[in-house]
Amino acid sequence: MPLTINGTERTFDGDPRTTLLDYLRRDCNLTGTKKGCDHGQCGACTVLINGQRINSCLTLAVMHDGDAITTIEGLGDPQNMHPLQAAFVRHDGYQCGYCTPGQICSAKAMLDEAALGWPSFVTPDITGEVRLTRDEIAERMSGNLCRCGAYSNIVDAIVEIMEAQR
Amino acid sequence: MRPFLYSRADGLDHAVQLAREGARPIAGGTNLLDLMKLQIEAPERLVDINRLPLGGIEPDGEGVRIGALVSNSACAADERIRRDYPVLSRAILAGATFQLRNKATTAGNLCQRTRCYYFYNIDTPCNKRRPGSGCSAIGGFNRIHAILGTSDACIATYPGDMAVALAALNAQVEITTAQGRKRHVPVRGFHRLPGDTPEKDNVLEPGDMITAVALPPPAGGRQIYRKVRERSSYAFALVSIAAVVRMEGGKIAAASLAFGGLAHKPWHDPRIDELLAGAMPSDALADKAADLLLEGAQGYGDNDFKIPLARRALKAVLREATGDAA
Ligand SMILES: Cc1cc2nc3c(=O)[nH]c(=O)nc-3n(C[C@H](O)[C@H](O)[C@H](O)COP(=O)(O)OP(=O)(O)OC[C@H]3O[C@@H](n4cnc5c(N)ncnc54)[C@H](O)[C@@H]3O)c2cc1C
Ligand code: SF4
Ligand code: FES
Ligand code: FES
Repeated sequence: MPLTINGTERTFDGDPRTTLLDYLRRDCNLTGTKKGCDHGQCGACTVLINGQRINSCLTLAVMHDGDAITTIEGLGDPQNMHPLQAAFVRHDGYQCGYCTPGQICSAKAMLDEAALGWPSFVTPDITGEVRLTRDEIAERMSGNLCRCGAYSNIVDAIVEIMEAQR
Repeated sequence: MRPFLYSRADGLDHAVQLAREGARPIAGGTNLLDLMKLQIEAPERLVDINRLPLGGIEPDGEGVRIGALVSNSACAADERIRRDYPVLSRAILAGATFQLRNKATTAGNLCQRTRCYYFYNIDTPCNKRRPGSGCSAIGGFNRIHAILGTSDACIATYPGDMAVALAALNAQVEITTAQGRKRHVPVRGFHRLPGDTPEKDNVLEPGDMITAVALPPPAGGRQIYRKVRERSSYAFALVSIAAVVRMEGGKIAAASLAFGGLAHKPWHDPRIDELLAGAMPSDALADKAADLLLEGAQGYGDNDFKIPLARRALKAVLREATGDAA
């Protein structure tokens, strides 16, 4: 069964029980994506499927026939960082760094969702325009926990990129 | 996870045929896989329904038909839903996270299972997980448990948010049966009370496949979803209220209220809607509505607080829905 990971075609023919997360880490050797809780609660495993962020621990690899998956390795590398990666470095958007790949993948998709006008729970008028205030960003990033509590620097990094994109 | 046979359905007939043979549908997988990892669920066969043509939000007469596979994100962000059924957008956005909602589907959300701690712990007795083994929540820790419609066998709640809004909106669940017949069940009658068979969450029969949820014509009015939870984001409801209230000349012209976190199903009591219709809003009226809601309420110790909490939440929602402040 074919799928594309960071632009490279791959074939999955393993045990159907394999989660996308385990497949990425174990079989593709893409260990940037992290396993925190393995139950959809922490966001460390966030990757993009066809551009949308999801928890890779709660989906099976076998369910992604033909899908395009982007992991943190696909967003950028140390020589050629994605603007969000660079901003996380500039703003100290991490301490231990365990949650960071998930935070950055999530932030990337979050900015795209906001650009499409998707509301969140804290959007005052859900039929109106979306303004990414700090409260909005915090709510939209609430699926990514950080045990080190780097939240405020994470928001700073995201705000910088958001403003640069305007 | 226990081994299972995986098949991907290439059409609704195929999916129904596999389901008839005992295969369990998997949609977003965000609830089923979670439970399979913990071996609370151990289906021998899975049928992946994600490639079926059950996406899309379409006009349906004066109403709207939401396909079973529409993601919670897409539903909440849909322009018509935001404009004409804001309580539904709000309820969906009050649940889980963007990542989860991108995968979670309309049908999977309706069928999500309880969050009772003992249901999740395979080492403790639980009638829902293992019929006849007993209920650990009665006499145990039961902060998140039900106060309405409970039984001696189970006091679990239905944990979802979306279905509470669907109950207030009086939506219909569209089902294709194992025999390939179509039937419609109102969301208000889709989930059941535990009774002697808490292992059954809802009225789906083996092999039944949800194909869509149909919303009636827009009700207008003020629409509110209030969720009371332990943290301000990313937690299940202790109590939630979906309210659709239309005012006319200072009076309540029509009201439809549904409650989450109180029972094994989204709770809808038609007497409350009848009491409110045509009435002048007041504190006393809100208290009367709360009296009706809580008439048969029973606490189990740790969840006693839900009884006064539900009353307060109901009064606050009615104030907001009927007050002048927009
Ligand atoms: C960390 C976390 C936090 C959460 N917080 C909330 C919250 O605050 N509020 C809330 O409401 N929810 C919450 N959820 C639950 C989430 O909303 C559900 O997991 C999700 O909606 C399930 O949808 P799914 O498509 O992934 O279902 P799946 O996991 O694919 O399926 C769930 C069930 O539905 C059945 N099913 C699926 N599709 C069909 C169909 N077409 N016909 C018949 N049966 C079908 C499956 O067989 C299975 O039994 C949370 C989940 C997690 C992991
Ligand atoms: S309340 Fe229901 S789900 Fe929880 S332990 Fe009792 S029987 Fe099981
Ligand atoms: S590892 Fe997937 S959400 Fe925690
Ligand atoms: S930086 Fe350590 S968990 Fe976030």
